Amino acid sequence: MKVSMTVNGSERSGDVEPRVLLVDFLRTNLRLTGTHIGCDTSSCGACTVLIDGEPVKSCTQLAVQADGRAITTVEGLATAAGLSPMQIGFHEEHGLQCGFCTPGMMLVGTALLEHNPNPTEEEIRWAISGNICRCTGYMNIVKAIKHAAALRESSEVVPRETAAAATGGE
Amino acid sequence: MATEVHMHGRIGEPIKRKEDARFIRGKGNYLDDIELPGMLHMAILRSPHAHARIKSVDTAEASKMPGVIAVVTGELMAQHKLAWMPTLSYDTQAVLATDKVRFQGQEVAAVIAETLYQAEDARDAVVVDYDVLPAVIDPEGAKAAGAPVIRDDKEDQKDNHIYHWESGDQATTQAAFAKADKVIRLHTFYPRCHPAPMETCGIVADVNGATGRATIYMTSQAPHLHRTVFALVAGLPEENIRIVSPDIGGGFGNKVPVYPGYVVATAASLLIGRPVKWVEDRTENLISTGFARDFHMTGDLAVDKDGKMLALRVHLDSDNGAFFSDAQPTKVKAGLFHIVTGSYDIPTAHVTADGYYTNKAPGGVAYRCSFRVTEASYMIERLVTNAAIELGMDQAEFRKKNFIRKDQFPYESPTGWVYDSGDYHKAMDVALEQLGYNELRKDVEARRAKGEVTGIGIASFTEVVGAGHGKDFDLLGVRMFDSAELRVHPTGKALLRMGTKSQGQGHETTFAQIVTEELGIPAADVLVEEGDTDTAPYGLGTYASRSTPVAGAATAMVSRKLRDKARKIAGHLLEADEEDLVWDNGRFYVKGSPDKAKTIQEIAFAAYSNLPDGMEAGLEGVHYYDPPNMTYPFGTYAVVVDVDKGTGQVKVRRMVAVDDCGVRINPMIVEGQIHGGLAEGFGIAFMQLITFDSEGNCIGSNFLDYLLPTAVETPSFELGETVTPSPHHPLGAKGVGESPTVGSPAAYVNAVIDALSPYGVTNIDMPVTSDKVWAALRAAGVNE
Amino acid sequence: MYPTAFDYRAPASLDETLSVLKERGDEAKVMAGGQSLIPLLKLRFARPELVVDIGRLPHLNAIGRDDGHLVIGALARHVDIENSPEVAASALMLAEAAHWIADPLVRNRGTLVGSVCHADPAGDWGSVILAMHADLVARSASGERVIHAADFFKGPFETALKPDEVVTGVRIPVGKGRGGGAYLKLERKVGDFATVAVAVHLHLDGNKVEAAGIGLTAVGPNNIKATEAEHFLRGKEPTDEVIAEAARIASDAAEPKDDIRGSAAYKKDVVRVFVQRGLKAAVARAKEGRS
Ligand SMILES: Cc1cc2nc3c(=O)[nH]c(=O)nc-3n(C[C@H](O)[C@H](O)[C@H](O)COP(=O)(O)OP(=O)(O)OC[C@H]3O[C@@H](n4cnc5c(N)ncnc54)[C@H](O)[C@@H]3O)c2cc1C
Ligand code: FES
Ligand code: FES
Repeated sequence: MKVSMTVNGSERSGDVEPRVLLVDFLRTNLRLTGTHIGCDTSSCGACTVLIDGEPVKSCTQLAVQADGRAITTVEGLATAAGLSPMQIGFHEEHGLQCGFCTPGMMLVGTALLEHNPNPTEEEIRWAISGNICRCTGYMNIVKAIKHAAALRESSEVVPRETAAAATGGE
Repeated sequence: MATEVHMHGRIGEPIKRKEDARFIRGKGNYLDDIELPGMLHMAILRSPHAHARIKSVDTAEASKMPGVIAVVTGELMAQHKLAWMPTLSYDTQAVLATDKVRFQGQEVAAVIAETLYQAEDARDAVVVDYDVLPAVIDPEGAKAAGAPVIRDDKEDQKDNHIYHWESGDQATTQAAFAKADKVIRLHTFYPRCHPAPMETCGIVADVNGATGRATIYMTSQAPHLHRTVFALVAGLPEENIRIVSPDIGGGFGNKVPVYPGYVVATAASLLIGRPVKWVEDRTENLISTGFARDFHMTGDLAVDKDGKMLALRVHLDSDNGAFFSDAQPTKVKAGLFHIVTGSYDIPTAHVTADGYYTNKAPGGVAYRCSFRVTEASYMIERLVTNAAIELGMDQAEFRKKNFIRKDQFPYESPTGWVYDSGDYHKAMDVALEQLGYNELRKDVEARRAKGEVTGIGIASFTEVVGAGHGKDFDLLGVRMFDSAELRVHPTGKALLRMGTKSQGQGHETTFAQIVTEELGIPAADVLVEEGDTDTAPYGLGTYASRSTPVAGAATAMVSRKLRDKARKIAGHLLEADEEDLVWDNGRFYVKGSPDKAKTIQEIAFAAYSNLPDGMEAGLEGVHYYDPPNMTYPFGTYAVVVDVDKGTGQVKVRRMVAVDDCGVRINPMIVEGQIHGGLAEGFGIAFMQLITFDSEGNCIGSNFLDYLLPTAVETPSFELGETVTPSPHHPLGAKGVGESPTVGSPAAYVNAVIDALSPYGVTNIDMPVTSDKVWAALRAAGVNE
Repeated sequence: MYPTAFDYRAPASLDETLSVLKERGDEAKVMAGGQSLIPLLKLRFARPELVVDIGRLPHLNAIGRDDGHLVIGALARHVDIENSPEVAASALMLAEAAHWIADPLVRNRGTLVGSVCHADPAGDWGSVILAMHADLVARSASGERVIHAADFFKGPFETALKPDEVVTGVRIPVGKGRGGGAYLKLERKVGDFATVAVAVHLHLDGNKVEAAGIGLTAVGPNNIKATEAEHFLRGKEPTDEVIAEAARIASDAAEPKDDIRGSAAYKKDVVRVFVQRGLKAAVARAKEGRS
């Protein structure tokens, strides 16, 4: 079947069997390998992408279901202006170790801040509870998302690049 | 984001990680991201039974399915003498079963097809006829009269016993027990669990039929070791094998062994002449690779009437699964378990161990652990808390009374370990202070008076990491040294390569900082590479917290070698006597005139352009470091729990962790490691369980049953530190990645036992699940 | 793990859906959010010839009020229910239950109706609709029928639905009198199915219980309606003693099995503890007018 969708802002299409999972379409057909696979039972969130802005497990979606939708993967987080506040937050607060869960965590965090710009630790912990991390113990992921929230807040006054520089981000 | 590094990156500076740049952009290169032209995909058919004789394997239908290139069976592997392979514990393991299957999930056949979807379709069409046999699921069953002999493939194997092993002194221990005022016994089971890194194991094997050159991409924590194993297993000439370990999505011991799938994929690539990819799915990962623990332990602690420990006696039965494939040094059988006297000055001890075959997956990996020290630490720390409760002494006081004192180091333990350094009292005091222990104790009493169930648990662990001094520690005969090769380029930038392999530990940053410290080149200018056996110097890999103790030391030593050469070049450039030069991180100056100086960058250029007569060009070197001893990190962890009387649910209210890992190279990374380990320790204590029903079916074969803690259950950790440098490590560092998984499970469980101690409860085996706590409460008449 | 091959249809209208099902219902699986179906396809436990994706049907995602009922459309997702002001105002228990289901990512796709049609005995919504005395509205090419929640569940993963039928929504009576409810769930971690969960709801008339509903999760072949306990409560003042007795009766209705999550005795006791806690919370909410 033919499918087309907007992926990270550009139109992408392909020809797939109906049974092909969205995660495979992204990884194999589009070679967007930042979206990972960590389980077979929809339990880990390594495969998280945003569909129309909402975080979803791409291993539990058929590619054909995403036809006509807008998908954001980790590769779409940075803009021409630079890294997104979430990416900066993860770097600054040591929110990642092996990096395998990181794309999913950052996408969930990004979606969270869209509707809750200043979440509490408790709210962040619940928001990322569909995503497993085996390395960080979550402490620094929570901090990273808070860091991103603070950056976003300041970037409403200051343009993004300046904000990044101001935090000493490398 | 600017690329400059604001801090120089010396030891002790929490600089941000260099490796982050690719991961936060989704540009990591993990095994499954590798795509080679013409690459095929492999799916493995596994046994549904724990123990069964194979009557036939019919691949006719499967071979005809769309996209299928080959169906590999044990028989085919046997024709190439590859149906069996050696293990790291000098046993053999089936690659694809020929005679019997010996655990549920064992590899029986493999389908190689153009796509993975096609490979799985065809896998469904392979028909295997089994004769089901009774299954043995624990050492009790393995010992039972009339138990089926699992390893009937081995001629001299008449039962299911694998090994007997002892350490310590039986006679003096017996004598001490005879004089004891009190003996406290704990029988406890450290259940089977699994490291379950987020990325599963996998391989892309690419064997060039014309040249015989095998390029093998694989999720490997120890690429050089694997190259040697491949040479031995497959009979390939070692120079023709190149192992590349790409970015690794967590290892925790899971990626140390060589798994049958690797061998089949490599053989298939050789036979077919195209690259073959095999990536485990999560179920395969959990049921067939790299389990950990599974120790049944009985410990007796002899004490006198003043609460002084006199002797320790421990016996353990080890459940090794169907093949003895523990990843451990050659000269030990139950790993480093005999460090079981832990942090205590116990005059004598005797440890015995027996290993058994069962119809369960092989493995015995050191899951975030230095070869079974986790089980040892759990045993002694649980036993000590039980003893304190039984003696009516405070858990902390009892520990302090028996700790090895600071002035006793180096301390030789009754089982022969020589602890390098420690200050256990101090770590305890810092932890108690941070917790507010005295106040909390009163609070616990007040809450109990109101009918609440609450308690405090303590564990003061001693780790043993950094294997190891090569004369005592080897893997398959290869001494456990490690290596670093440093090349300083003419422009003063450097390339550092090591025999280790990061799986998230931040080597690209930490090891660059060691070069910064020793050679003054900013961390940002040091590119760290690991994982490619064609380019990296030979090393034994990353596990057992050995990278900083061993490869870190090698990095310091090679940097010092180059600094010595740099000094000679500087003397030449400054026309000064070598002896008169002063090293000031990053430059040499002439004693008394700090302006007369040459930077390491200037010296580097001179190494290629303006050398003293007779000196070889270049500023490059390599060092193989064989440590004089292990390092012994330690710490005290304290946990406060509240128990729901109605449901038995346990909530961790607080978790304080004071670690002493010697000198911290990058404190940010060290703390991150500790967070992660404490979370895994929490998971092991409360949820992560691989268990089996009476037929040997694995329960815990996916993430719906094998429970990993999420951010909601995981406690918030409060860290503290003391610093007692290792006297023999060039930087004083000890290694830290595993301390928290080694030390924390006992702390969590001790807290629950402390909470339940008013009701006479002395033990609940891990995982401490709500139903077990409920049963203990109801048995004691506590109700809601 | 990958699904076996199947045909795929994503009808644009309900009528088209119904006619596809009329023709191929026996070999087809309806898919709403796919959060139960896709995992089953991947494990190859389900091998349908055709998947009929109703996810693109218009208007079915609504949550609204109609004639004393809260009406939840077939495509209203767990997350929609969790965040709906309508739900918060009229049936707080639903928002509470939604929060306990799966994890935030699954809640962004899975639906209440899909969950109910899946009829997993460990599914949470079944108990909720039993406790709330809800009705399901089913459509086929030959018309519409209403099925009481109490008549819907036939066993593990079995319902009263016919292969050519689609549930278009659930109707939950709300708004008369002072009602209050609660959903309590014991799970081992976020994302876990219940070890035990209970849904309780009651209406107060003065100081007395006018009507009660109790649904039990994961303690039998399907979600269980604790009818005897409901009857016991009716007309009584919900004192601590009455509540304790009702909880005991409710726990007798549970038929759990020993498994890795705990013994049958454990689960029965947690039913008792939760019904007791839930009823107390429900009474308090009813009195405070918090639904
Ligand atoms: C990791 C994970 C954890 C979960 N945890 C929980 C939990 O804790 N509690 C819980 O209750 N659930 C849990 N679930 C299941 C979840 O709630 C599902 O969303 C829900 O069961 C199905 O809703 P859906 O819309 O995705 O249905 P689908 O998966 O699309 O369909 C499910 C079934 O219902 C049928 N169906 C769907 N819609 C209709 C309709 N309108 N008419 C007729 N038939 C229909 C389908 O044919 C299929 O048989 C979990 C799922 C996952 C993946
Ligand atoms: S891969 Fe684990 S949830 Fe998708
Ligand atoms: S950083 Fe490794 S799994 Fe999260």
